[in-house]
Amino acid sequence: MIEKGAQSARDKPTTRGKVRLREHVMGWFFVGPFGIVFLALLIAPLAYALYLSLFQKKLIGGTSFVFLDNYVKAFTDPSFLSGSWFVIRFSLVSIPLQIIIALAMALILDAVTSLFARFSRLMIFLPYAIPTVIGAVMWGFLYSRSFGPLSDLFSLFGATPPDFLGSSLIFYGLVNIVTWQWAGYYMIILYAALQGIDPALYEAARMDGAGKWQIALRIKIPLIAPALLLILVFSLIGTLQFFNEPQILRSLAAGTIGPDFTPNMYAYQQAFALANFNYGSAISFALGGIVFVGVYAFLFFTRKRRSFL
Amino acid sequence: MTSARSRAGVRRRPQRHLPLQVLLGFLVVYFLVPFWWVIVNSSKDAPGLFGGGNTLWFADRIDYLGNLQQLFTYDNGIYGRWILNSTLYAFAGGIGATILSVMAGYGFAKYRFAARRFSFALVLGALMVPATALVIPTFVMFSEFGLTNTIWAVILPSLLNPFGVYLMHVYARDAVPDEILDAARADGAGEIRTFLQVAFPLMRPAVVTVLLLSAVASWNNYFLPLAMLSDNRLFPVTVGLGLWQGIASANNAGSTSLWSLIILGALVSVVPLVIAFFSLQRHWRGGLSVGGLR
Repeated sequence: MIEKGAQSARDKPTTRGKVRLREHVMGWFFVGPFGIVFLALLIAPLAYALYLSLFQKKLIGGTSFVFLDNYVKAFTDPSFLSGSWFVIRFSLVSIPLQIIIALAMALILDAVTSLFARFSRLMIFLPYAIPTVIGAVMWGFLYSRSFGPLSDLFSLFGATPPDFLGSSLIFYGLVNIVTWQWAGYYMIILYAALQGIDPALYEAARMDGAGKWQIALRIKIPLIAPALLLILVFSLIGTLQFFNEPQILRSLAAGTIGPDFTPNMYAYQQAFALANFNYGSAISFALGGIVFVGVYAFLFFTRKRRSFL
Repeated sequence: MTSARSRAGVRRRPQRHLPLQVLLGFLVVYFLVPFWWVIVNSSKDAPGLFGGGNTLWFADRIDYLGNLQQLFTYDNGIYGRWILNSTLYAFAGGIGATILSVMAGYGFAKYRFAARRFSFALVLGALMVPATALVIPTFVMFSEFGLTNTIWAVILPSLLNPFGVYLMHVYARDAVPDEILDAARADGAGEIRTFLQVAFPLMRPAVVTVLLLSAVASWNNYFLPLAMLSDNRLFPVTVGLGLWQGIASANNAGSTSLWSLIILGALVSVVPLVIAFFSLQRHWRGGLSVGGLR
């Protein structure tokens, strides 16, 4: 960050001390209210989660300090491990898919300028305006065998409809929902970045003999790398804390989605169904820690590119 | 954005690649199918819904009004209450988070105060903390203060928006020149007046974006109110519809009418958001690019 404007009219030696004091006071005046909320609703809960996670409620003898036992338990708990494994596999499939689709759509919408393209842009974005819960409810209807369209469509060809709520296809059922929900939002961010590129660059490239594909691959995509990084980070943080969609589909896909389907659902079950807040906090804290370290490491290694931070 | 104008100058004729437009057409159909299904099926009564007719087309009887009346009278009109709750949470959370973000972003961008770098690094770190990791400890904390199962349990946590602070910081740094602030100070304006009358108008596009994003985040919130609230009269519409859906799937045969309420309820609940996004799109699209470009 470049510190500019520190000098200019206001650093005459005589008033300098006063100016500096004013900078401190006013700076904290503006940042302070957020700072209080930040301390009360982010730092305090995190510290509290850490504290809670170090204790265990026993049937006899009440709550006792167990240090890292909850974490040892979590990382040997098949429920937590299978949930984490699901979320990792899910990220590996759904994040690249969402980003590729969003990038392709943004490039198309950047290249095509027509009334229909403008209409499409809004329609593709529309699912983002829908709460994830409502999106999951909607797709739950479409997947449903009793009133969804899939059975109609497939019976036209005499085939049995795929059951996206069954255990073999639920993975793809969820990939589809998440892609539908978020690809449009990522598309808008990439599209805005593409619109910010100076068109003179395309002219210059065209004069050097570059075709449309070369312009897209060698100019457009590298120039929107910071925006790509931004959506990658967003999708990583979002996917690793997967909760809403599987939680909503649970009632429709009974037996397929268990209470330990994702780590977040497992933490929720431990805390609110079993009143085991200590273990629930340990899972939350472990999950939060993994996401934080993962994203931080990722940003650190991509720092050479002008990152968004 | 200014570049849009210069761009139009370079590209004189509109580009309409036909194959790409056809591809776009397919994509639009995919993104609209769930909406279409909901619009069509919220016009049906229970027999129409389960009678095995075409699920992607209207039944013989189109009864939006009857269904709407049912939706808003079922269980003493609880659905209307959920919509009002969501509205309250979205406005209170959205406006509160925006005020805090704008002030903090401006403070970080325009003043060099003690522990500024350290504090800003904390805010950047907070961007990476998953919000759901905070739900359980916040619940336990709030229950000790007797705040759970009150509206504050939903509103207070929505005030925290580190991304809003980051966005406002970037925007204030670039869109509010120090020279203008210095000029205002030289004219005798105090710091607060300089902020309100000089800086704030310049930051307006980003303010609208942060307001919209935080209000939508509060409206869409599910995990937090699900954990915090036990009285269904305090539920936002997301948790309410989730509750109905659980009940309807649990006794599939007995609650056919509840399914039609859920379908129409989902449709009604997205109308305010769609209106908000479409009417404000000029503002938020410019603001969104800020985070991705610098």
